[in-house]
Amino acid sequence: MKLKKRIPVIDQGDKLGFWGGKFGGNFVPETLKKPIEDLEILFNKLKKDKKFIRERDKYFKNWIGTPTRFIKLNNLTKHVGGAQIWSKVVSDANGGAHKIYNATVHCLLAKRSGKKVICGDTGAGYAGKMLSMAAKKFGLKCKIFMGAKDIERQQPNVKAMKKNGAEVIPVYSGSQTLVDAVSECMRFWVANCDTTAMCVGSTVGPAVFVRICGWSTSQISRELKVQLIDEFGSIPKKLKLYNCVGGGSSSFGFWNEFMDYDKKQVEFIGVEAGGPSNSRKHAAPLTNNSKIGILHGAMQYVVQNKDGQIEETESISAGLDYSGVSPLHCFLKDTKRARYTAASDEETLSAYKLVTKYEKLRPSLEPSHAFSVAIKESKKFSKDTIVVVNSCGDAYKDQGILEKRLGKKYVKSN
Amino acid sequence: MLNPISAAFKKAKQENRPALLTYTVAGDSSKKQSLDILKSISKNADILEVGVPHNTPVADGNQIQTSAYRAINNGIKMDDIFKIVKDFKKTNKKKPIILMGYYNMIFQYGENNYLNKCANAGVNGLIVVDLPWPENKNFAKKCKKKSIYFIQLLSPTTTRERLKKIIKDSHPMNYFISMLSTTGGKLKVSPKEILKNYKKIKKINQKKDIVIGFGITEKTIRNFKSADGLVVGSAICKEISRSLNNRQNPVINVSNMVGRLKRRIS
Repeated sequence: MKLKKRIPVIDQGDKLGFWGGKFGGNFVPETLKKPIEDLEILFNKLKKDKKFIRERDKYFKNWIGTPTRFIKLNNLTKHVGGAQIWSKVVSDANGGAHKIYNATVHCLLAKRSGKKVICGDTGAGYAGKMLSMAAKKFGLKCKIFMGAKDIERQQPNVKAMKKNGAEVIPVYSGSQTLVDAVSECMRFWVANCDTTAMCVGSTVGPAVFVRICGWSTSQISRELKVQLIDEFGSIPKKLKLYNCVGGGSSSFGFWNEFMDYDKKQVEFIGVEAGGPSNSRKHAAPLTNNSKIGILHGAMQYVVQNKDGQIEETESISAGLDYSGVSPLHCFLKDTKRARYTAASDEETLSAYKLVTKYEKLRPSLEPSHAFSVAIKESKKFSKDTIVVVNSCGDAYKDQGILEKRLGKKYVKSN
Repeated sequence: MLNPISAAFKKAKQENRPALLTYTVAGDSSKKQSLDILKSISKNADILEVGVPHNTPVADGNQIQTSAYRAINNGIKMDDIFKIVKDFKKTNKKKPIILMGYYNMIFQYGENNYLNKCANAGVNGLIVVDLPWPENKNFAKKCKKKSIYFIQLLSPTTTRERLKKIIKDSHPMNYFISMLSTTGGKLKVSPKEILKNYKKIKKINQKKDIVIGFGITEKTIRNFKSADGLVVGSAICKEISRSLNNRQNPVINVSNMVGRLKRRIS
């Protein structure tokens, strides 16, 4: 399996949508074949259309707010004593997380295809919140599917979705988390694909959704590349990019523009959710060598039992609490372009405490996973190593969990 | 030898009625009970679809999901399902059985291994909900070698050009999804409209037996008598749930329901 140079990774799939001949594809009911093909034709045309790109960039700039900050974490660097630790503060984006890029692009596509309704899934609630914002902005009706367990633990985002006029549909089947929300959203699309557009909230699902999402979040690395050159004059000789991986949309977007660099110069480290340290359950299929299987239309590494039933995951972070992972990351793992590891719930909370103690930054539980590993590894790196952590979400949504686990003083800090 | 599926269609045609296909989930609500249900409904059903329960079924509505979760919670495994089929076939050798499920279960078992087990148990056909054409070309060929029909799904969204290609590659039986819906949805299109679409598909190749499924219940089944075959699934799963909730015997209730369905199309 080989990663090609000078071809965007999203376009390296074969005719049937498989990366490396193996990951991704379109394992979908017959009913969805046509709507997926229509979306593919539309997306392939528009991503080459200069007018559409200008339109996208206009909304990215004026509405989402680009670029998001690239800042040095001086105090944390001093405390850790090793590599220089920087952060790309993607949570600066309108709405507070990277999910806004994909949501905006899907709404633009929905408008072009004449659809009046858009449906989407959400775990942490950010994908849903952003889709509700974008739908409102572009005048689309919006339905969000969310696991009942997640509705309970991510209330601030649920309130935001409702305020934006979206209908939030609780999903009670299975584990009542993201995996069930995605299934239910796909079912809704099967039954309503003639009038409704679907936005899959991460780089998962049938191949075209993986591509659209990866194309959208790549805005993050486009900005970072410019910011790195502004800051250092060129791309640093030792650059390490840390990002959490659930479905994998923020990490893919954070890395995409650096794909062609040698990994000795620009290393990618993906951090999955290891779950509670005293539990066997996790949401880290890449780290724990889960078997390849099919989930939500795509071949991928997925947490499952011997028979092929998808297994329940467990993580403090709703956004990473997903049994599968993007085919793009499976591809990056098998081609060895990226390295994957996991952080436990406890390690994540410690990292959150440390970052908020030293810096004016409040990463949500998802990027706190990435901070945990970045901090641990930075100690061993030389001072000319540039570590960048994507702070892809804000902890506002996690206030309930943080208060429960760490006490009140961590909720209002910063 | 004629595949028992084709024999069943032939027999129904001689009796001037559509074939009745039932769908029940293997292991719902227990291994034994699902086998008992198969045995008792086989008097009236022409072809038995046996659902392989999966816990992320992207095309199934509430009723079938409930049955599937119930079966999985009661511990059903792939090998148990083969055993149920094998046990059933011991006393009903000629009654055709179709396994219907999602591709991951086959993929984990290994395609070849799975087909060997199917052939050994006496499975006559397979429906794989999330393995559409052309992705299923290879697997369909493997099925053919084992004399197992790979049943292609056709939908109202399938374009005419695509229909022709799928039917050209298809085995003698195909499955037309009546409307845009997950299983168990209310009939939201008129039977007339559904039959119009159905006839268009039949015209492409009259020799293929094509069944209609989705939205077929005791109430609606009469409207579709002109089809080659009709599938009732969610209504039966619902009857199992209802029986269990009312502490009644699902075997008797489901068997009665299938009898009523048969009378309505005879």
